[in-house]
Amino acid sequence: MPEIVFDVRDVVYRYEDVTALDGLTLKVGRGERVALVGANGSGKSTLLRLLDGLYFAERGSVAFCGEQLTEAGFQDDEFARAFRRRVGLVFQNPDVQLFNPTVFDEVAFGPLQMRWPKDEIRRRVAASLELMEVAHLKDRPPHRLSGGEKKRVALASVLVLDPEVLLLDEPTAALDPASRSRVIDLLVDARGGAKTVVTATHDLDVIEDIADRCLVFAEGRIVAEGTPSDILRDEALLRRTSLIHAHRHVHGPGTVHAHPHTHSHRTHEH
Amino acid sequence: MKAIHKRDIAVDESESRVLLPRTRRRRRRLSSVERTLATIVWRTERAFYAEELARADGLLQHLDPRVKVCGLLLLLLDAALARNLPTIICVFAVALALALLSRVPLRTLAARAWLGAFLFTALIALPALFITPGRAAMRLPLLGWPLTEQGIQSALYLVARVETAVTLSLLLVLCTPWTHVLKALSSLGVPVVFVVILGMTYRYVFLLLQTAREMFESRQSRTVGALDGPTGRRLAAASAGVLLARTFQLSGEVYLAMQSRGFRGEVYTLDDFQMRRRDWLALAAFLLAAVALFWLGRRGFAPPSI
Repeated sequence: MPEIVFDVRDVVYRYEDVTALDGLTLKVGRGERVALVGANGSGKSTLLRLLDGLYFAERGSVAFCGEQLTEAGFQDDEFARAFRRRVGLVFQNPDVQLFNPTVFDEVAFGPLQMRWPKDEIRRRVAASLELMEVAHLKDRPPHRLSGGEKKRVALASVLVLDPEVLLLDEPTAALDPASRSRVIDLLVDARGGAKTVVTATHDLDVIEDIADRCLVFAEGRIVAEGTPSDILRDEALLRRTSLIHAHRHVHGPGTVHAHPHTHSHRTHEH
Repeated sequence: MKAIHKRDIAVDESESRVLLPRTRRRRRRLSSVERTLATIVWRTERAFYAEELARADGLLQHLDPRVKVCGLLLLLLDAALARNLPTIICVFAVALALALLSRVPLRTLAARAWLGAFLFTALIALPALFITPGRAAMRLPLLGWPLTEQGIQSALYLVARVETAVTLSLLLVLCTPWTHVLKALSSLGVPVVFVVILGMTYRYVFLLLQTAREMFESRQSRTVGALDGPTGRRLAAASAGVLLARTFQLSGEVYLAMQSRGFRGEVYTLDDFQMRRRDWLALAAFLLAAVALFWLGRRGFAPPSI
């Protein structure tokens, strides 16, 4: 494995009496594209927040490039700023992430916190808006955007910092097919050089495009690991982890047909 | 099946959306709490969504937001500090002229500012008509209470000042995109934290309004017949509680999103405004008018205070 970017060891995280992560261990190497797949509530989003230094483990440890991520460590301005510059998280709900009055202000927020020169900020914001194809929306308030546009602005607001590591929480959730395809294309393009990308998703349709390694989550643990194609072929595993379900529909008058269904164009054939 | 005619459909004027079939006999009567909630949501949405005036081709729309904030604030101070009624009326006339030159329909001002401000202020000023000591101008029929000249004068001052102030404030908001007002405040030295809180309030009020409306519509879709008063109030209180809980959750998530992008408790902004020749001219005109009105306002007698 290449240089280890994230080293997660025996992590336990609880929301009051609900255990979100239960003794989780994993490593992510530099330049890897990892997909975390699992049903709702399986702990994917919680792990991303731990990797982004927003939550801290109750037990176990999370290290980034050899440095432990602790609450005390983030009190140090220099460390916190360097970490935020290197690791970017795109939240599942773009309304949470878009808190500024205009799209331009939104994308400029991160660079302003890094205290970059203002001319540099303007240049980078413009480039990032162009990259995500939202430059024409720069003066619009976020509440006037469609779901797909909000997602692309959220991506632009993170990519503007050019982070080494990109953490994506359900990047295609609640998007129409055209917007989803566009976001995936942009993600694949934006990855560019050797970015490390960790994506939490239950959209099996996209994992072959966005990942080289796939970890399957259930009840706060990793229950399987492999390449996306290996995981997608294991129907029993997908059924056990609620990633596919039996699907019934009508083929002509009076003919009801049932078969496993993944919401994936690759596996849903007749 | 009975056909629904166009006249039987309720239409949201702001977005021309069909809301509810308005069947005359079978329409469920909304409780007062429901009506109040629906009206607040509708009015606030409409007020915020009406940004089209800010893009109109008018005098104020073409000026730098900082000039507008300074100029209108100076006029507002003139109205507040004036010691005679004619000066306040002069400031009001200037505000009207600015509205006309900025293509703001007087009907809009009347509906959004004058009527509400008048009713609210009149309510406050009403006791002053009777309790301010002075010479009785007339007596109320039946009750015989005296209306004093000084009381009438105080009430007039209050109403005139409030109407003028509200008109000037509304002109600023109608003729300037809200984001520019915020940036102008920031570049004029208003603390950045205050400006950011205002900006975030503006941003998330839409989300919460949308949530409130969806909750309201969802409840309506599952309610048959009229609710009695206590049930309506109990449901409204429960909805308010749910909305509050969601607000807390949202604020926590937003804070995490801010932290994730490097927020450390201090806020920085970009200021892109540039003063042009016409902005300097407008600023000079505002200053001149403000000084002249201030001078006029300090002449004459001081009104009795309420």
